[in-house]
Amino acid sequence: MTHAQHSLYGPLADPAADAGHREHPPRVGFFTDTSVCIGCKACEVACKEWNNVPEDGLNLLGMSFDNTGMLGASTWRHVAFIEQDQGGDAGFRWLMASDVCKHCTHAGCLDVCPTGALFRTEFGTVVVQDDICNGCGYCVSGCPYGVIDRRPDDGRAWKCTMCYDRLRGGLEPACAKACPTQSIQFGPLDELRERAAQRLDDLHDAGVAQARLYGHDPGDGVGGDGAFFLLLDEPEVYGLPPDPVVPTRDLTESWKYAGMAAGVLVAAALSAFARRGAR
Amino acid sequence: MPRAEFRSYYGRPVLKPPVWEWKVPAYFFTGGLAAGSSLLAAGADLTGRPELCRAARLGSLGALVASSGLLIADLGRPERFHHMLRVARPTSPMSVGTWILATFGPGSGLAGVAEMVPGGLRETLPGRLLTAAARPAGLAAAALAPGLAAYTAVLIAQTAVPAWHEARRELPFVYTGSAAASGGGLAMLFTPVAQAGPARRFAIAGTIGEITASRVIDARPGLATETYRTGRAHRLRRAAEILNVGGVIAAATVARRSRAAAAAAGLALLGGSILQRFGTFEAGVASTRDPKYVVVPQRARLTAAARDQSG
Repeated sequence: MTHAQHSLYGPLADPAADAGHREHPPRVGFFTDTSVCIGCKACEVACKEWNNVPEDGLNLLGMSFDNTGMLGASTWRHVAFIEQDQGGDAGFRWLMASDVCKHCTHAGCLDVCPTGALFRTEFGTVVVQDDICNGCGYCVSGCPYGVIDRRPDDGRAWKCTMCYDRLRGGLEPACAKACPTQSIQFGPLDELRERAAQRLDDLHDAGVAQARLYGHDPGDGVGGDGAFFLLLDEPEVYGLPPDPVVPTRDLTESWKYAGMAAGVLVAAALSAFARRGAR
Repeated sequence: MPRAEFRSYYGRPVLKPPVWEWKVPAYFFTGGLAAGSSLLAAGADLTGRPELCRAARLGSLGALVASSGLLIADLGRPERFHHMLRVARPTSPMSVGTWILATFGPGSGLAGVAEMVPGGLRETLPGRLLTAAARPAGLAAAALAPGLAAYTAVLIAQTAVPAWHEARRELPFVYTGSAAASGGGLAMLFTPVAQAGPARRFAIAGTIGEITASRVIDARPGLATETYRTGRAHRLRRAAEILNVGGVIAAATVARRSRAAAAAAGLALLGGSILQRFGTFEAGVASTRDPKYVVVPQRARLTAAARDQSG
């Protein structure tokens, strides 16, 4: 019981083992260091090319250089562009950040999937099986990051697979491979967390006080992200939720209240028939 | 309420709005109607009220058929509906609910079909078998009905949608109350007043529960429940409450004597139940369209946690 509760929320050392993988490779992930992102969008292009993701709109959005808008069913890497006038001597700065599915330790999308189409891979990542998904749409509302979505013309849910096919072939994901500045770093999650902590220290020593990590903490509301970030401003500035929590955390509580409501319903039915008399 | 100051990425939503269309709240209504009707049918069967039993069993069957159609039609890939039945996943309220509906269905269906056997065929062997099976079938459906009425609230509560998740304690009572209101309302519509007493009492109790739980949501201060009190969701829920209050008053008074008044009260309660489902649904959708419902509460939580740590 403790184990079952543990695997719904809170720190979890080995999500692949928790999902039933016995012999499995180490958990892998992305560390996206936005302080060296140059906004080239090579990650977006490489992802689309490798995964054969269809075109989903060629629009000028009027949001700096961002013309993809946000992650979605057919955008699995999204580069955000934020222009900031900090005033005074600090002047103008341009933030760029390549967003991606977080491959949560406790994935809201996976938890609510009723078909088993979403599953935890041996690498600890979260992947949709397109031959199983029946497009119920529950995962779309289960994700606290607003990542996964249903493709309108296709009816199924899609998101980043962390290039599951490439991982199985011993290759790194297409986006990381294409990134020219190593803003997107791929590797075993433990190593990435160490590297990120070091990078954060270096930046703080260099006087970049605003640098912070996002999604690295196994104690956060989703048990830590498989894809985490180094940001230079608050997460919401990049369109990320500041303190996401997997909805499954409250599963037991929700059913408890549903049980009480069901009990009241039964009581109402019984009392409706309990009264004596013709009526 | 203080004006919420917050930062965002070009004002864009953080969350994806639900991809569900009108069919999903419509299913919440028909599922609740099937559940409420089955409870009434079982009670009427056991207490010897054949007219009420017949109306409620047929109501349950009709709602069941509508529910199944709506659920399948809402899928992005309707032809893959049966993929729901390849696994049972306790962490997914939709999976749990699919299995509840799948086990509720045969009982409700059999009891309903038994009511449709023409008089001339009742004495044949199949007719007699069907009639004999109707009671255990109806009781089996009634046993699953509370789960069917309540799980849809858990389904929407277990999402990242702020307005639904934050109302997870109240929504089950709104939904089971709404199920009783609609089940009672439909039976009042199709049953002579002399046998409809339990339907009226069931509807009254359910509607009062529904109104109370809805008001509890409204009374909760803060941003999380703001979308229930504003915009389209507010208008739908306000209309639901007017119909519900009117329906309850009529059910408790004139509906005891006049068949026409009973039918009007039943229709009002059915309408109230439908509007309630669409209202709560709309409140959730609205809370995903504006990033403030995500950013402001989460930022406040972080600030409070930081304050606790330093102080």
